[in-house]
Amino acid sequence: MRIGDAKQSYEADEAIWKSSTQKVWFAVLLLVLAVFPFMADAYLLYLGCMVGIAVISTTGLNILTGFTGLISLGQAGFMGVGGYTVAWLSANSALPFPVTLLLAGLLAAAVGILVGLPSLRVKGLYLAIATLAASVFLHFIFAEWESVTGGMGGLSLEPAHLFGLSFQSDFEMYFIIVPLAVLMVFGATNIFRTRTGRAFIAIRDRDISAEILGINLLRYKLMSFALSSFYAGVAGGLFAYFYRVVTPESFPLSMSIFYLAAVIVGGMGNLLGGILGAAFMTLIPEALKLLTAALTPFYPNAPIFMSPMLEIIFGVLIVGFLIFEPHGLAEIWHRIRRFFSLWPFKN
Amino acid sequence: MSSILEISNLSLSFGGVKALQGVSFRVPENTVTTVIGPNGAGKTSLFNCISGFYKPQQGTISYQGKALTGVKPPVRAAMGLARTFQNIALFRGMTVLDNIKLGAHVHMKSGLLGSLAYFGAARREEMAVREEVERHIIDFLEIDHIRRQPVANLSYGLQKRVELARALAMRPKVLLLDEPVAGMNREEKEDMARFILDIREEWGVTVLMVEHDMGMVMDISDHIAVLNFGQVIAEGLPADVQNNQQVIEAYLGTSDMDSLRKKLNPEREVA
Ligand SMILES: Nc1ncnc2c1ncn2[C@@H]1O[C@H](COP(=O)(O)OP(=O)(O)OP(=O)(O)O)[C@@H](O)[C@H]1O
Ligand SMILES: [Mg+2]
Repeated sequence: MRIGDAKQSYEADEAIWKSSTQKVWFAVLLLVLAVFPFMADAYLLYLGCMVGIAVISTTGLNILTGFTGLISLGQAGFMGVGGYTVAWLSANSALPFPVTLLLAGLLAAAVGILVGLPSLRVKGLYLAIATLAASVFLHFIFAEWESVTGGMGGLSLEPAHLFGLSFQSDFEMYFIIVPLAVLMVFGATNIFRTRTGRAFIAIRDRDISAEILGINLLRYKLMSFALSSFYAGVAGGLFAYFYRVVTPESFPLSMSIFYLAAVIVGGMGNLLGGILGAAFMTLIPEALKLLTAALTPFYPNAPIFMSPMLEIIFGVLIVGFLIFEPHGLAEIWHRIRRFFSLWPFKN
Repeated sequence: MSSILEISNLSLSFGGVKALQGVSFRVPENTVTTVIGPNGAGKTSLFNCISGFYKPQQGTISYQGKALTGVKPPVRAAMGLARTFQNIALFRGMTVLDNIKLGAHVHMKSGLLGSLAYFGAARREEMAVREEVERHIIDFLEIDHIRRQPVANLSYGLQKRVELARALAMRPKVLLLDEPVAGMNREEKEDMARFILDIREEWGVTVLMVEHDMGMVMDISDHIAVLNFGQVIAEGLPADVQNNQQVIEAYLGTSDMDSLRKKLNPEREVA
């Protein structure tokens, strides 16, 4: 049965994990993620949750900016839509968290489609400005639409719940955030195994010939916006459940820059890169805090001159990676792996 | 023979530049029809009008008896008009396989949710496309060895071949090839000529081609149209066109008949 064989080999060839070694490593990773909360202290748990949320949002932005080539500074706004949706539903309904998070994602996706409409006409810097404007506008709504958003004071939330279980502590939230992050990264991986993902990349690489190949530009650009802001909306919803309060300042404009930086530092158009970037960018401020705390006994002024360091470091990282390592951390990771796959025979 | 594509009275200008002026000719079904003409004659512009990428100010293009006016490029692609580009337009960040699969885009259905889940119909559709591409296209064009490579790493000749593969994945009825052998060595040219003839004979596809290599043009064309300064100055069988006085003048613009005849009637290269 040659034909059957051929078919099976294509299926194996199209699989995410092409070898059993890869499968084993992935199983190990899942195991580590599952055991982590039982070993980690409160601080590490908090960081784990933060990284999980950042991974979801960065993956979303990577789909839009890294894979479809549409630069967006609207990510914080879309996360805000998700966060406020969850907060409002928590106060006004008894819906369990899977439903509220889904609605948060869908509402953010709807807003994303609206914001994405100009993308057929404007590109690059102009699109960045257009999405920035949308983000400013959303921020304005969060602050001013008091009857719904609670104005500057914001809204506080009941804990996430499902089947009578309530998720309050970081430990409990971890078991919502991390599985969801794994699932959503998995979904994004699937996207790029199919026509939808190929269409996104085609639009990024050359949009005119994409059109002549039969790809409807507006449709796929909007689809990318919708998907990306769906991820942002879910991340924002998780953020709201995690802190149990949302205010306009929960989703500042600098957050959009943070996510764009995570995509650039991690590696545009590379899902693994997005994950690395999200973790890296989340952990840098923490490292800086530790450093400040360590310095303060010797230099009492340390907090004063260290506080603006974060913005400077983010800026230097973005520019540095753009110039010296445009493929980001993902490329560095591949180099390390190549090195160890040959080591100790060659170096 | 019925025509699958009919261009009538097509005019296109860019500001003062008249790229096409009242161009009319027919592409008979299941032939290799070639448009020749000096640089800047308007050949690529004509292709861009057929793809729907340029909008002519005047005239119509009808395909299978229906006017294409107002039909958007993606819809034309879905109707069976596929093309390759003079300056290779592959997606450099993708592998050869993904580039070719992109050609099948219009024949696939799965939407966002199917793609996210990679399950059921979406998965079956992807597998079917993979199989079709492998069996009918990758084998046929002899590019098995490069399927996993990013196209940016390939030689010019191979890139042209991958672009042809992608156009074939669109399951075309009419295949537009803009200078398919430009920049190739002799062996690559011969391969390409063989592929084009096979595509017409075995796949039943009509080929409309622009090409400067007269040897290849005279060898494989069934029908030729000559464009000069945006106007058709001759149309017919290769033999008729070769000996047409106007064509000879357009080509070199001199009266040095010997070298002209030589250029238009290239001697067969001995293999
Ligand atoms: N987008 C455009 N804007 C302005 N002028 C254009 C455009 N496209 C083509 N032209 C002009 O139209 C004329 C015909 O160009 P076209 O590319 O169709 O020629 P061609 O026959 O394909 O030439 P070649 O053999 O060099 O490829 C040229 O004068 C060219 O400069
Ligand atoms: Mg041309």
